[in-house]
Amino acid sequence: MEEIMEILQKLDWSPLIISLKTGVVATIISFFLGIYAARKVIKAGPRVKAVADGILTLPMVLPPTVAGFFLLLLFSRRRPLGIFLYENFDIKIVQTWLGCIIAATVIAFPLMYRNARAAFEQVDVNLVYAGRTLGMSEIAIFWKVVVPTAGPGIISGTILTFARAMGEYGATSMLAGNIPGKTGTISQRIAMVIQDGDYLTAGVWVVIVMLIAFAVIFLMNLISGKKMKHIKRW
Amino acid sequence: MAICVDIKKRIGEFSLDVQFASESKRIGILGASGCGKSMTLKSIAGIEEPDEGKIRIDERVLFDSRKRINIKPQKRQVGYLFQNYALFPTMTVEQNIAAGLAGNKDEKAEKVREMIKKFRIAGLEKRFPGELSGGQQQRVALARIMAYEPAVILLDEPYSALDMFLRDRLQQELLHMLEDYEGTIIMVSHNRDEIYRFSDDLLIMENGRAETFGNSREIFADPGNKAAARLTGCKNISKAELVDAHHLKATDFGLVIHVEREIPRDTAYIGFRAHDFIPVWGERRDNCMKVKIASEAELPFEKQYYLEPDEEAAENEEKEPVCWFVQREMLKELEEKGMPDYVEFAQEKLLFLKS
Repeated sequence: MEEIMEILQKLDWSPLIISLKTGVVATIISFFLGIYAARKVIKAGPRVKAVADGILTLPMVLPPTVAGFFLLLLFSRRRPLGIFLYENFDIKIVQTWLGCIIAATVIAFPLMYRNARAAFEQVDVNLVYAGRTLGMSEIAIFWKVVVPTAGPGIISGTILTFARAMGEYGATSMLAGNIPGKTGTISQRIAMVIQDGDYLTAGVWVVIVMLIAFAVIFLMNLISGKKMKHIKRW
Repeated sequence: MAICVDIKKRIGEFSLDVQFASESKRIGILGASGCGKSMTLKSIAGIEEPDEGKIRIDERVLFDSRKRINIKPQKRQVGYLFQNYALFPTMTVEQNIAAGLAGNKDEKAEKVREMIKKFRIAGLEKRFPGELSGGQQQRVALARIMAYEPAVILLDEPYSALDMFLRDRLQQELLHMLEDYEGTIIMVSHNRDEIYRFSDDLLIMENGRAETFGNSREIFADPGNKAAARLTGCKNISKAELVDAHHLKATDFGLVIHVEREIPRDTAYIGFRAHDFIPVWGERRDNCMKVKIASEAELPFEKQYYLEPDEEAAENEEKEPVCWFVQREMLKELEEKGMPDYVEFAQEKLLFLKS
């Protein structure tokens, strides 16, 4: 017990802050991109739909290290895009917090996209038609009618996206590395202290992660539970 | 106010080909489910785009494939009452009515107040559609459409999901609320009673095609062709072979029918409504068919007899029974005198039908 207190007192809290920050920023980006992509895909023809859906879902199915590999190829400062970003905008992706965000966003985005799409597809298409015949603009119909109606699905998608973005390890470690205080997330810190044989510190972090996970699940049930009152018990 | 529709659209195997023009303010479209009624309405509203053709309201061209005109549904001023009313579930009654309104806050609020008063939904302003009864939902949906001041209102089988009692009441209410509406209303339904009550002009559709268009009462009195006869509720239709100008053979009834007036030359079928038979006791008269009951069904206010066609017809492949529906007064007569020996096809009630 004393040992744990000692660890907690000396604990470097930066991984928690970095993970939360990364999670929040990646979720916000995924939220808008995911909804935007879902809307585009729903409106597209069947062929475009199949291809676009495959590409947008890919990061979820690939091992994160493979996604990380592609991201490195893309953003490395020895590659065209990486060179372009650095020389024109002084932007560095590899080994920076920006890398953390990009890795987490790429991995978590499909969750947002798929949940948003499923939720939109459940919306009665007559609502959209009604909006049109009532003179509402397409944008108004989307944000005032479709998104609120698809609300529960979108919220649970957002929460899942946040959870996934916060816990990202594979792609992050490849693109952003594990620089303490800069890109060292909780997941990476746990792996690092385990390598040092420091199971007690790892355990403390594991408990913190589990608490966050429980909070996320609780939140999700709270939100979806509200909308499911009418469903009978089995 | 005049509406003019002439459109074609292909969707896989189904092809829609409809044309009608009317100056009437109450137009009905009657057809079986899947005949393209809703598709026609959706084309007028601009929700569906026809492959080719024209849609015009007065001088306003809504759609013209040749001139590449296709006005957005937002700009058509066409109100659409959906089967399920399509109220926005996450908005309150007030917000639903205000959804499509233009103008500043005060103007919108004023319009919403006006509609709430007119459609008797006071007290429900803050409720959500899920908390309303069917009748209240209908009023809100109508208020939402009327707030937008459409030039044309389209009613898409508005009562299809309701039981009969509610259906009648809601229809009465709807017609009452629309009484002082100046614009054109087009109602689509597969229910002939609804259409008969509602419409001045009637379009009959079958398999995506416009079969008949004209004055509703006239079409019900003389449908003119087989599809129209069937959709206006004619139960007995037989193939007809002309013998001469005053005689024809109704092969499915097994009967040669004599008619005083001249039979139209292009008659291919003959129709007779199930309520129009005259029972005959004793001697066989002209145009009589022997009563042989195949089956019968008792309804609250009438009795339905299904009669076997006469012998000659029985040789022809399988024959549908002839329907004879008997209502109160006559039912009393039957109880007193017993079942008749014959039923007569009253001449003046015969419907001569083209194919």
